[in-house]
Amino acid sequence: MIWRVEIKDKEGQFDSLGSGVHRDILDLGIETVDAVHVLLVYMIDGDLTAVEVERVCRELLVDQVVQDFRFDDKPFSKSFVKAVNAHTIEVAYNPGVMDPVEASALKGIRDLGLSGVKAIRTARQFVIEGELSDKQIEFIKDKALLNKIVQHAVKKPADPFKPIVLDRVIQDKPQVAVLKMLGLADKGLVELSKKGQLYLNLAEMKAIQKHFASLKREPTDIELETIAQTWSEHCNHKTFRGKIKYTYKEKNKTKTEVIDNLIKATIFKATRSLDKKWCVSVFHDNAGIIKFDKEDNVCFKVETHNHPSALEPFGGSNTGVGGVIRDILGTGLGAKPIANTDVFCFASPDYPVKDLPVGTLHPKRVLKGVVSGVRDYGNKMGIPTVNGAICFDDKYVGNPLVFCGDVGIIPKGREKKAAKKGDYVVVAGGRTGRDGIHGATFSSGELTHESEVVSSGAVQIGNPIEEKKVLDVLLQGRDEDLYTAVTDCGAGGLSSAVGEMGAVLGARIDLDKVPLKYQGLNYTEIWISESQERMVYAVSPKNFPRLKEIYDGENVELAVIGTFTGTGKLELVYHGVPVCKLDMHFLHEGTPKIVKEAVWTEPKHKEPSFVCPSNFDEKIRQVLSDYNVCSKEAVVRRYDHEVQGAGVVKPFVGPACDGPSDATVLRVKLSGDKGIALSNGINPRFGKIDPYWMAASAIDEAIRQIIAVGGDLKEVAILDNFCWGNPDKPDRLGGLVRAAKACYDFAVAYGTPFISGKDSFYNEYTDKGKSIAIPGTLLISAIGVMDDVTRAVTMDLKKPGNLIYVIGTTYDELGGSAYLSTFGLVGNNVPKVNAKAALQTYEAIIKATKKRLIASAHDCSEGGLLTALIEMAFAGGFGATAIMKAIPFEGDNKRDDVILFSESNSRLIVEVSPENKRAFERVMTGIPMGMFGRVQETPEVFVYGLKENLCLKANVHELKEVWKKPLQF
Amino acid sequence: MSKKPRVIVFRTAGTNCNVETTFAFKQCGALVDEVHLEKLFAGKVKLSDYHIMALPGGFSYGDDIASGRLFANELRIRLGDDVKRFIDDKKLVIGICNGFQILVKAGILPGPFTPGALKQTATLTNNDSGKFEARWVHLKVSGKSVWTDGLKDIIYIPVAHGEGKFIPGDEKLLKVLEDNGQIAFRYVKADGTAPCYPENPNGSTEDIAGITDPTGRVLGLMPHPERHFQATQHPFWTRLGGKSKLGDGAKVFQNGVDYVKKHLL
Repeated sequence: MIWRVEIKDKEGQFDSLGSGVHRDILDLGIETVDAVHVLLVYMIDGDLTAVEVERVCRELLVDQVVQDFRFDDKPFSKSFVKAVNAHTIEVAYNPGVMDPVEASALKGIRDLGLSGVKAIRTARQFVIEGELSDKQIEFIKDKALLNKIVQHAVKKPADPFKPIVLDRVIQDKPQVAVLKMLGLADKGLVELSKKGQLYLNLAEMKAIQKHFASLKREPTDIELETIAQTWSEHCNHKTFRGKIKYTYKEKNKTKTEVIDNLIKATIFKATRSLDKKWCVSVFHDNAGIIKFDKEDNVCFKVETHNHPSALEPFGGSNTGVGGVIRDILGTGLGAKPIANTDVFCFASPDYPVKDLPVGTLHPKRVLKGVVSGVRDYGNKMGIPTVNGAICFDDKYVGNPLVFCGDVGIIPKGREKKAAKKGDYVVVAGGRTGRDGIHGATFSSGELTHESEVVSSGAVQIGNPIEEKKVLDVLLQGRDEDLYTAVTDCGAGGLSSAVGEMGAVLGARIDLDKVPLKYQGLNYTEIWISESQERMVYAVSPKNFPRLKEIYDGENVELAVIGTFTGTGKLELVYHGVPVCKLDMHFLHEGTPKIVKEAVWTEPKHKEPSFVCPSNFDEKIRQVLSDYNVCSKEAVVRRYDHEVQGAGVVKPFVGPACDGPSDATVLRVKLSGDKGIALSNGINPRFGKIDPYWMAASAIDEAIRQIIAVGGDLKEVAILDNFCWGNPDKPDRLGGLVRAAKACYDFAVAYGTPFISGKDSFYNEYTDKGKSIAIPGTLLISAIGVMDDVTRAVTMDLKKPGNLIYVIGTTYDELGGSAYLSTFGLVGNNVPKVNAKAALQTYEAIIKATKKRLIASAHDCSEGGLLTALIEMAFAGGFGATAIMKAIPFEGDNKRDDVILFSESNSRLIVEVSPENKRAFERVMTGIPMGMFGRVQETPEVFVYGLKENLCLKANVHELKEVWKKPLQF
Repeated sequence: MSKKPRVIVFRTAGTNCNVETTFAFKQCGALVDEVHLEKLFAGKVKLSDYHIMALPGGFSYGDDIASGRLFANELRIRLGDDVKRFIDDKKLVIGICNGFQILVKAGILPGPFTPGALKQTATLTNNDSGKFEARWVHLKVSGKSVWTDGLKDIIYIPVAHGEGKFIPGDEKLLKVLEDNGQIAFRYVKADGTAPCYPENPNGSTEDIAGITDPTGRVLGLMPHPERHFQATQHPFWTRLGGKSKLGDGAKVFQNGVDYVKKHLL
């Protein structure tokens, strides 16, 4: 019997869900909606009496203080809500999409002592009041109420229990599908790759063909899939590890160089040549590990989850966070996550709806969805989201970027792992379903408007509580030393997790032993499914019972699915039938090296040719309200950035808790003063001029932010995340080579090794044959160990009468600045980095911080020096006077606007009390700097230009509102 | 050697503020065990062995259906008699954030609690903003409770929740709470005057942030005192220059531990 329960807010209760949807509809430009009500619907399939259902409602499903309910064993025809002009749309998840509420409701009913319930489905009913045409209703449905990738509008509410997989006969006597590959010509091979969504190119298909020809047999379907997963750009990083023929111009001469393995030649090389003793594990594990104190190390990893977030922003970012947390759980023998970071790139929230490429979601919706996904996963895991950035550029319209980072702490000696011959292969956590099929290969191709149809299976929604359970038991198992190796199930699913762990030993897996969410998966789906919240362990048989006891005790499922054999072969068996026997060596080393062409041509942007304004009142408002500069508080407040209690410098500081911190400082152990600082550097606008200087700037920015909060340079590690367009296009790849070269140059110059990284290619969106590529984007994330977090410095001005210094030289470098962008220009004078000078500056500031001579410090980045000064003023609730003549400047184009808005690197603004003036200046001897201002009691900024003209007089509270408003929607 | 107060910190799927809560009680001199609910159900751990029962924050069972609901039912149905005895034995209970939601939804707060059928008389529901709110709030301390004894008039601690709007079942209850001194914390502006959003981050009735049962020994509150245990957890400690290493929330935990030392050991 199927019972239907409908729940609505009582009359007079404020419907916050409904009002949120109402706002979303207003955003679509539809203003004729009077009200929106949201009803929760549960459908219960089971043997319950009406009395029992009523009890389930009263004690479980309904909060009777604020909600009314009704239930029936028939579908309801008339809405429960009394409304005029009401349009009712019911939205449910598509079959197979994970909805954790269903499992929780089943548990809740069992807790009440009721048995006999087979299944539960949930839905939401939207009752929209207002004058609306059918077309508008459809529009609202698609744009605000559901995402067809994961949800649908319910037409027949009576039939919610359609089994998930009906279109397939369950295989009890499995047939092995042997392909016909050996005889195929080139065209046939390409077709085979395309048909199977394998994203393997011809050279790779030929290598596979040759391998099987030598074995004198055809591959099975699952063998080819396994190779495709392992060789995907996502898992194998073919571009970075391949050969690149790089052509560029130097002094009007065209030069060519062949780079074998770009990542080895740049990123790895920097780390190797720096050879820092505190680097514990770099590049080969899920995350990079550095030394923290005598007992523990810390690890850091940043992932990207771009393609899924383009199609389903909530699910995409949600599983992005879940995935990077699993990376940390699977680092060494398991680390405990202590902080999350998140960086996003979107198109402008003001993007005209009518200009959107077919098949893309509006950037505002993407932003809201991505933020909600991060909020959901991070908050529910109890990991504070403490650092991030959001960049805007309309080229991200088809490919938003979502970077998710996680920091963990791991006891010393736990960084090494190795499965042993005879160990069980154990899978733990969530069950395996049809979700997430082809994620690894899907993210290794470009997106088109057909992606939402073809690849919808690749997108999923996470279940953070399942992962939290896994985290809780994982750490217990680690501390009792119950397994020899662990890794996460990410892209490629079991295929890549087992493939990695057994790369040397080989493994035999019984695919029918993998716990499934529902029946009907074929063996290949079981093997490559990317279902979330799963970890794979190598466990010696003698330790398995104890491990199981711990997991059973906290309701976490685990299953033995095979053995690490020592044969060097990957053997897969399904119900006793062998379906795959691959040589591990071929699987991991057999990729043919492909030579890709790269060309770098310097772009020429239009040069600015306007006269310098005499007053900056209007310009500073434009800059402060630029989406790239404005306050991200509306987003950050959605994240729990306080859980675990480690925050010493939080995302927002100052007496009103709204001044933007440069970096985060965490007290890693509540009982000690040692800590870490986390920061990030990113500026895709610079990359439009020159990716080399973009990369240099990003590294400098990440480092100077750590300096700004009182950090040290002696133990700072950095991470690279490259998000680029299609690397098969030489111009895209040329930019990448330049950025990678800068990574080497500046990591070495600053003494900051790379410890981990990630690349994401094919961030292009093809619409009507035209390709929109993202600007090549490099995110540098930094982690620095701080000996004493009580020496931390924040950016809010502290006391009237204090002196304000600018440290570092300002140059004529308006290229890529927020200021030029207000004129619709990019310019060409991109900010450069003089690492030697910067290092001297930073070392001096570190000395001053250690002597506690600095009252506040803020780095100058987007929006330049004036923006930084104003942020410091309104964060502290004070005013400031600034005299531009005192600002060190080098260059011919000495103008007020150039000095105020250049985004030259390696500069900070520092506040010093008059008592500390002499001591501070002594420490800073030889460093270019100027005492250019003073803190004012009254909340106003006065800026005097080069000719001592008052070029800005403004109220800081007012400017703060201008800065805070743009993202408040 | 004198005995030490013993604290049990409950844990289940989705609990996540257990570490900070444990740290706070330990710093105040208690022995603390973090115990998974399943261990209590299985009888491996006895509630009666402890003096203070702490329900920390988090997202028990993912806030599925409604925050705290599933945990509340487990507590009420499977451990109801033990909890009742614990309270009758003059022991202490504290529920923070999700813990507060659980206590309210199990009918333990505002109380008095009786095991058996659900008697929920108030609730904590969706914030008026429709959003999760992570921010610092000022709380005016009122009522009479061992937990709030000797606290500063106004304390500053953070909230982080999506369902923190306190709503009493009816007007009468509100008066009872007021008359009994059961309203422990109210959201206020920094100067103690009536708040608007976001000083009241969720739209709670009468700006209520925390309540006790009629005995004052069972406390529930949405804000997190354990997250302002240390002075450097204050969001702008760098401009205060205070000497104390402790934050505004520390006294709450010290009160609990001191009460046990005085009355239960």
